Amino acid sequence: MKYKDYYQILGVERDADTDAIKKAYRKLAHKYHPDVSKDPAGEEKFKEIADAYQTLKDPEKRAAYDQLGRHKPGQDFQPPPDWAKQFGDTQFSFDDVDLADLFAGLAGGRRQAGQGGGFKMPGQDYEITAHITLDDACRGTTVELNLTVPEYDQHGRLHRVERSFKARIPKGATDGQRLRLRGKGGKGVGGGADGDLYLNIALHPHALYRVSGHDLYLDLPLTPWEAALGAVVEVPTLNGPVHLKVPPGTHAGQKLRLARRGLPKPTSGEGDLYAIVQIVVPTVLSERERALFKELADGSTFNPRGHFEREMKNGTPAS
Amino acid sequence: MELRQADVVWLDAHCECSFAELVQLSGLSEAELRELVDYGALAPKNPQEAEWVFSGDILVTVRAAVRLRDDLELDTQTLALALTLINRIHNLEAKISDLQAQLPHRLR
Repeated sequence: MKYKDYYQILGVERDADTDAIKKAYRKLAHKYHPDVSKDPAGEEKFKEIADAYQTLKDPEKRAAYDQLGRHKPGQDFQPPPDWAKQFGDTQFSFDDVDLADLFAGLAGGRRQAGQGGGFKMPGQDYEITAHITLDDACRGTTVELNLTVPEYDQHGRLHRVERSFKARIPKGATDGQRLRLRGKGGKGVGGGADGDLYLNIALHPHALYRVSGHDLYLDLPLTPWEAALGAVVEVPTLNGPVHLKVPPGTHAGQKLRLARRGLPKPTSGEGDLYAIVQIVVPTVLSERERALFKELADGSTFNPRGHFEREMKNGTPAS
Repeated sequence: MELRQADVVWLDAHCECSFAELVQLSGLSEAELRELVDYGALAPKNPQEAEWVFSGDILVTVRAAVRLRDDLELDTQTLALALTLINRIHNLEAKISDLQAQLPHRLR
């Protein structure tokens, strides 16, 4: 069993009173709670803090912890010979157990004994993020998820076990959407109902499309002459290329809607695909292009900044 | 949609969650849930009726708030405040993500 220094984790002295322990825990919990913190390492850190607090806040567990002696964090150790007799049960193996599970198990074991044996407990709910592609969202997919979860064995003792399971995500997913899979969480004990699995769907970024709900956004680069004269251009969609009519006089930033070419929705219908116009000029001009642009510049009366002058004349107050 | 019966449910605005389901799935007591509605932190879709129904997407938010309550030892009033703020953050994040999707790639 690997030693964890719960006092060091909470940043308190070994003789700290319960109030100081509670205060230290709350301060750290505010910082690292996975529902508050955006720190990707926050969840692991919070678990460590919570484990430390669960043990040190309970005078009985704290006494049991103190009697394990002091070791270096991460160091393999065995509890003193009479420790198991005093606090746990003597059948317990200390080799494959996590320190936190051992202490959670202490209370569980005693509660179970008090009730005279068999107990019923619902399985735990799991929440996990499933990363899928846009194609997966369109067609539905099966994901394989790996999770380290605490599970009770038949004696009611907690063990942390690696679980790998498959979950079917029906079509209709989009980024940030949640899915509840009934009974796919932790196994219930003694006839208790199985827990649920809550999936948070995260879409991998796509090279072309950006996602908003079930709508997709695509940048549509156009030449100045396509934008001015109008054109029919080929646009990629999730179900293959389609032809899009660009009306004459299209300007940059304009959104051209391709109805029902977005992501499929869970029950029925699809989102839309929006092509956002960008007007792009060649960075290097051929002689011929330069001559044509020059001719256009000389011959055109178009002034895109006419409103600057008008607004200033209308007496926009100078600051 | 009956949340308890279906094996796979999208938790979105189309899915409905009854009062009893929300109690069962969130870990809140009936009294706590009523208190959160009284504080305005949770709004049933049909506040005038006896049998309240909630939008299914609030289940995730309520579960996050319950975790905060348990882990940080919050009272119901603080839980209500946390819930209101979590909701506001979710809404703002959704708006930011919508706006980001509309920004041309080069400007992002």
